[in-house]
Amino acid sequence: MKVRLLRLGMALVAPFLALVISFGIISLILIAAGDPVGAVWEQILQWPERRNLSNIIDKTTIFYLSGIAVAIGFRMNLFNIGVEGQFLVAALVAAVVGGEAWVSGYLNTALAIVAGMVAGALYAGIAGVLRAYRGVSEVISTIMLNSVAVGLTAFLLREFKGPQPEGSFIVTTKTLPESSWIPNISIGEGAATEIYGFIYIAAFVGLAYWFLINKTRFGFDLRATGSSMTAAVTSGINTKRMIVTAMLLSGGFAGLVGLPYIFGEYHSYGSTFPAGLGFTGIAVALIGRNHPVGVALGAFLFAFLDEQTNPLQIVAGVSPEIVKIMQGVILLTVVIAYEVVRRFGVRIEQQMVSRELERARTVDPTPPPADEKEAAR
Amino acid sequence: MTSTAAPAAPEAPPGDVAVRLRGIGKRFPGVIANDDVNIDVRRGTIHAIVGENGAGKSTLMKILYGVQPPDSGTIEINGEELKLSSPSDAIKAGVGMVFQHFMLADNLTVLENVVLGAEGLHGIGGAARDRIKELSDTYGLDIKPDKLVEELGVGARQRIEILKVLYRGARIIILDEPTAVLVPQEVEELFDNLRELKDEGLSVIFISHKLDEVLSVADEITVIRRGTTVRTVLPKDVTSRQLAELMVGSELPSPSTEASTVTTTVLLSVKDLTLPSPDGRPLLEDISFDIHRGEVLGIAGVEGNGQAELVESIMGMRPEATGTVVLADIDISNEPTLRRRESGIGYIPEDRHRHGLLLDAPLWENRVLGHQTREPSAKMGLIRRGRARKDTERIIEQYDVRTPGPNVLARALSGGNQQKLIVGREMSGDPILLIASHPTRGVDVGAQGAIWQHIKTARREGLGVLLISADLDELIGLSDRIEVILRGRVVGTFDPTQVTPQQLGSAMTGAGDEA
Repeated sequence: MKVRLLRLGMALVAPFLALVISFGIISLILIAAGDPVGAVWEQILQWPERRNLSNIIDKTTIFYLSGIAVAIGFRMNLFNIGVEGQFLVAALVAAVVGGEAWVSGYLNTALAIVAGMVAGALYAGIAGVLRAYRGVSEVISTIMLNSVAVGLTAFLLREFKGPQPEGSFIVTTKTLPESSWIPNISIGEGAATEIYGFIYIAAFVGLAYWFLINKTRFGFDLRATGSSMTAAVTSGINTKRMIVTAMLLSGGFAGLVGLPYIFGEYHSYGSTFPAGLGFTGIAVALIGRNHPVGVALGAFLFAFLDEQTNPLQIVAGVSPEIVKIMQGVILLTVVIAYEVVRRFGVRIEQQMVSRELERARTVDPTPPPADEKEAAR
Repeated sequence: MTSTAAPAAPEAPPGDVAVRLRGIGKRFPGVIANDDVNIDVRRGTIHAIVGENGAGKSTLMKILYGVQPPDSGTIEINGEELKLSSPSDAIKAGVGMVFQHFMLADNLTVLENVVLGAEGLHGIGGAARDRIKELSDTYGLDIKPDKLVEELGVGARQRIEILKVLYRGARIIILDEPTAVLVPQEVEELFDNLRELKDEGLSVIFISHKLDEVLSVADEITVIRRGTTVRTVLPKDVTSRQLAELMVGSELPSPSTEASTVTTTVLLSVKDLTLPSPDGRPLLEDISFDIHRGEVLGIAGVEGNGQAELVESIMGMRPEATGTVVLADIDISNEPTLRRRESGIGYIPEDRHRHGLLLDAPLWENRVLGHQTREPSAKMGLIRRGRARKDTERIIEQYDVRTPGPNVLARALSGGNQQKLIVGREMSGDPILLIASHPTRGVDVGAQGAIWQHIKTARREGLGVLLISADLDELIGLSDRIEVILRGRVVGTFDPTQVTPQQLGSAMTGAGDEA
């Protein structure tokens, strides 16, 4: 029990320490640039207004889905950089299927979500198969597939474009029937204080991820393969199949990333669809250490910083781009802090073990030979 | 018996010594890699260091090359005591190392490869080219500076590596298993080169476990066993059998006085097992043997003659293997590894860090590893943490694993305790066959004794045991029958009650059995 408490304590100390250090570094950067440090922190750390809060929660939802998709890969030592491409392809497919409305109401919603997930999974599966059976690094193939996805979605969008409003240059797919939208949830007065209903699905995804990774044999195999491919093979895990399955799963979850926009805001996929969400997911997964709750906190942190730095230009005369520096610094310090704390933890555990050995030696100088114990059994 | 057979080499006079190691010790958590190592390398000689894999040769050379600091002891180079804290310190002191795996860029020329990282010495142009030619001529290396490395064969690449260290001014050259990658003719050429080096007054430290080669090229031979120097001998005073004996030692494990428990029921039957290799000669060829209930079959062989491949083929980790493997009358030849484990094979792998454990996972998760489909660790596709923890506590208790509890990371345990955990885990699936690959390698003496006891207990309980070991005494002490494997074939069967380590050693090296 003591060991688990120790580990939990260190898991909490590391990010806190990292945040404090990164705030210090960012302050130094601001001072070096001659910017008003106090005003910047005042703006960032103030309690957000309702409409800002709803934006933060919406972004958290989206970053969280992206982070979980990346985390599944990380758990198996697969670096799925391709969440970006996977979510674009999936969003388009979901929008097209939803827009066609072959079935009605929420059945259509479900069908579109599943279609999106399948599309994301298959797109990621390409990289999985290449890695498992041809030894192609998933890092390289997913980066390339990201480029392909940008072109592919642009091309397919023309093929599946819906009716275009007069004078508009924005191309979109057919708008989803209103009966298939996922209603937003109000958290205050006024139209700008609603959050995506998709947050429930994101929460469920987190739960499913936690259960899958920690409770099932599949999750165990996944983690075992991630922590030692050779030991996994020896224990009888079919690692090739695990690679493909893990990529399919990662891509499936990646397929959900763009869907809050489709079902909660734009109701179609268009040429102005947001990009870059897949890359944020990588950072969020790293900060959250692939833990379902950790990733949520990481997603919230990034969303919070994004939103709170928006008015910096007006309030403090500082470019809101400072947020990118902040996120980068936080990511670096967090990753370093985790590694430092991990090594420290291993040392402490080794010391605990050697104390145990000492104790055993003093209490019981001649441990009975093992065969006697066997006989006693 | 060895003291009369192989007299120690006389002490070298101090002025003559290029490298003097005294009392070198190095510990890793739970493992003693080196302990009280004493070596004198005379100037202008080839000094071989021999020992089984895992005996501590590599660690020692890393210490001498400044990759790792020793915990204790002193290093003297040319009579001067030095602290080597990085390879560049070692190079400055005139020590160079040629690694087993070449570090050359294929798409660069020889010249470019040699000057890479040493641009400051003779520049990158004509002066460097002249120096390379000069070195090549002096030592008979036959290297053309402007050839592309990718056009060259393995032997030439190795000579480039040697030239690289000479170019950096090395007077003491360490070669780590240099012959492992060479064909016999190339080995001869390499030895000629080495003799040239020593004739020019350089000292060569030659690491190997191929005894015949060592005897033919070395001026002095130091044997390392279990991390410590056993003895330094002159090649004229020893035979390869005596060397092998020094390498594997002669302390017998607690003598096998127990009555035989061998039954007539065949438990494992291996027939015509062949493992093809992509480059010609099969790794295993037509291997057939039976193991009966209550029998320990020992496999003896010089490392790298197919033992690892044999075990992996039986475990189903080598899908390209042909032949049949029948376990308790069930043909498992085409079953995947997991199914084979489920049908009753317990497996103690050779490399516990790479194959036996998840180092960064707690002990209880390591208990589940390999048993993720079986109770009590799992049920209906779900992992049962509580039960797995409880069962890990049972293993900790019964197998005397020294740990504060089942939640500690496997990495935190000492080698011996890690191994005891693995033994306990593999015995807990109610196996009918136990495959133990070098089960006591790198563990302390206490754990060694305990593991031997567990193998004996398994045998008494009617399990079949396949034991692979480089320690001949361990094999002789535990086995009911010993098969010798050489170049992927079974070349002899011995009765451990009759055989001596010398006879086994001969069979292992293919030297006949005139002993």
